[in-house]
Amino acid sequence: MSGNRFTRRGLLKTGATLGVGLAAPSFFVRGAHAYVNEPTGSTVTLGFNVPQTGPYADEGADQLRAYQLAVKHLNGEGDGGMLNTFSSKALQGNGILGKKVAYVTGDTQTKSDAARASAKAMIEKDRAVMITGGSSSGVAVAVQGLCQEAGVIFMAGLTHSNDTTGKDRKKNGFRHFFNAYMSGAALAPVLKDAYGSDRRAYHLTADYTWGWTQEESIAASTEAIGWETVQKVRTPLGAGDFSQYITPVLNSGADVLILNHYGKDMVNSLTQAVQFGLRDKQVNGKTFEIVVPLYSELMAQGAGENVKGIYGSANWDWKLPDEATQAFTKSFGQEYGSPPSQAAQTGYVQAILYADAVERAGTFNPCEVIAALEDYEFDGLGNGPTLYRGADHQCFKKVLVVKGADNPTNQYDLLEVVSEVPVEDVTYASDHPMFAGGELGSCNPGA
Amino acid sequence: MDAILLQILNGLDKGSAYALIALGLTLIFGTLGVVNFAHGALFMIGAFCAVTMQKLLSLEKVALSETEKTPWGTPAEIRTPYITDWFGDFGTVLLEYSVLVSILLAVPLMMIVGVVMERGLIKHFYKRPHAEQILVTFGLAIVLQEIIKSWFGANPIPQPAPDALRGMMDFGAWMGFQAGTIVYPLWRFVYFLFAAGIIGAVFCFLQFTTFGMVVRAGMADRETVGLLGIDIDKRFTFMFGLAAVVAGLAGVMFTPIVSPDYHMGMDFLVLSFVVVVVGGMGSLPGAVAAGFLLGILQSFASMNEVKQIFPGIDQIIIYLVAIAVILLRPRGLMGRKGVMET
Repeated sequence: MSGNRFTRRGLLKTGATLGVGLAAPSFFVRGAHAYVNEPTGSTVTLGFNVPQTGPYADEGADQLRAYQLAVKHLNGEGDGGMLNTFSSKALQGNGILGKKVAYVTGDTQTKSDAARASAKAMIEKDRAVMITGGSSSGVAVAVQGLCQEAGVIFMAGLTHSNDTTGKDRKKNGFRHFFNAYMSGAALAPVLKDAYGSDRRAYHLTADYTWGWTQEESIAASTEAIGWETVQKVRTPLGAGDFSQYITPVLNSGADVLILNHYGKDMVNSLTQAVQFGLRDKQVNGKTFEIVVPLYSELMAQGAGENVKGIYGSANWDWKLPDEATQAFTKSFGQEYGSPPSQAAQTGYVQAILYADAVERAGTFNPCEVIAALEDYEFDGLGNGPTLYRGADHQCFKKVLVVKGADNPTNQYDLLEVVSEVPVEDVTYASDHPMFAGGELGSCNPGA
Repeated sequence: MDAILLQILNGLDKGSAYALIALGLTLIFGTLGVVNFAHGALFMIGAFCAVTMQKLLSLEKVALSETEKTPWGTPAEIRTPYITDWFGDFGTVLLEYSVLVSILLAVPLMMIVGVVMERGLIKHFYKRPHAEQILVTFGLAIVLQEIIKSWFGANPIPQPAPDALRGMMDFGAWMGFQAGTIVYPLWRFVYFLFAAGIIGAVFCFLQFTTFGMVVRAGMADRETVGLLGIDIDKRFTFMFGLAAVVAGLAGVMFTPIVSPDYHMGMDFLVLSFVVVVVGGMGSLPGAVAAGFLLGILQSFASMNEVKQIFPGIDQIIIYLVAIAVILLRPRGLMGRKGVMET
């Protein structure tokens, strides 16, 4: 037996050595590829995926300007903008975690397939660690799905459909912009005060995900104040001439037209509704009214004088008096010579919030960043106290009810803020029926 | 009854645009045998003639205020239009009627664009298959719309009709119905009359002038006309220019109805081609008749009563009609026998 080389001590030694030996590579491998696109040099790359061509190109251009301004501020250049007013002081103006912020851009073309292709290229080729941007819910849902699969964070741009943080919500995706439910909840009391509770509404709705959810939300909230929904009519996206959809409104018995349209469609349908004399019409003993639940400054420019006195809702407005809004408007105005749009503000804020979350988490690992963003409460970014709810990754903050300015003082003064609806009035349960059917799932670090 | 009459009126103004574009397309196809997919872009360029004229007339003298500041702290700009500075009230009237004034710009400009397009590009594709003509003209349309977008941006730019033509017409009262039951925007009626005038002028030009007679002869038998010593190519080039002018004018006058943007030509192009096919390739009366017919059909298909029976019919009605016509009468409603039948 003395010739037997196996001793108890030897077995333990061998076992321990083998254990360390086997564990070591996986430890180093996990360390090297803990998550996709881990920044290894002195820079970190963000991907700005905005419509640079197509119908929302101007909105995309404004959003891109805001992202570029955010990068400047993150890298310590310029006047710092809303970094000076942001409640979190984690960002020091030295990039993110000491790495200088670089960026690449993609063109969504406001087409889901093009947006996914450009996001994919930025993730795989440019090693972008976060994707943000977009001006369409269809695009946001598509890119959010891609980022979930790829294991990078998606900070949505302008997307208003309930589905983005409803049935299509994803663990790696976050939305700062408000949604259709919030528009309805904010608008209904104002509409009741302005037009009474005995109204008959006719909906013209863009025939895609955003239009459907907005129609559902606005119909529910107006019916809750006593209005009757006379008709819901779906219109093709980009119809151009809506006259054949507007003429049936004239003899429908409705006294309110709700235009669930955005962008070019909204400009055309509103202009044509005014041309057909709807706003001069008396129905049921009342003056006919038009409501545009989702407004944007660029749309208001397109519709010109036709927006005067028409109610809608907005995520943010550059004329708000708070310190953060003024700081951002000053910074943006000095840089580009015009005030920022709400698309620009939401983009800027999303970039800052991502950088701040990374800084607080101490890592770019998406799972840690998600944890830092979930249920995070902040202030000083233009929308007042805000919560990034962990259950669905939707921001909860006040919502603005706006009206087309009756007497604009300059070319940018197109909308006037009628009411700042407190967050309590627009908050809903994460399993609300309008948002049901989706699961966040688990975080994907991509490795 | 009110709803039906309103939809007929709707169809007439929509059909006017289809008819004007289809008329130009048919002129080009009938004379040069070219399938011009850039024709929608000509409609769009015409619309941007109105935008350009409005911008020119709105050029402003900019001075910096010494007292007022922008919200971002820079001195505010004080803007005064040159036109009112120079011409007073007449300048204000010019600005208000900028859409109509822009016709003066659109006619020569569209003629030049048409002739340059034909001489510079299209003529090299006369002998090539239709598929290649479609590819090259479609590519040209994309280039033109991207140029317009880079200059004017992607957002629609509103072009208001003059105040005097902005109101409503009470057709109900005119036709013996109760007043206020059938009201229609005045400008849309103006557009219909304008389109009818242009179509009439083109037909008169072709029918009652020597130039038109030669062109019609060339359309019927190009070689024989050439053998008579007539330079038919030059006349056909002019007809291409004329088709561009017709499309351009259709675009100019359409701007108060739909705010122009760089993509508006594409929105009309496919529908206008369907109109040409339904009317009969090469048939001018067919193009016009089919334009109005399909415009009215599209309007009726959008009525809630119809959509409740056939959901989505408003979006496919034109194509259903086109399929039916191609199956039952491949040459189109008024097409010549043999044209595009093989």
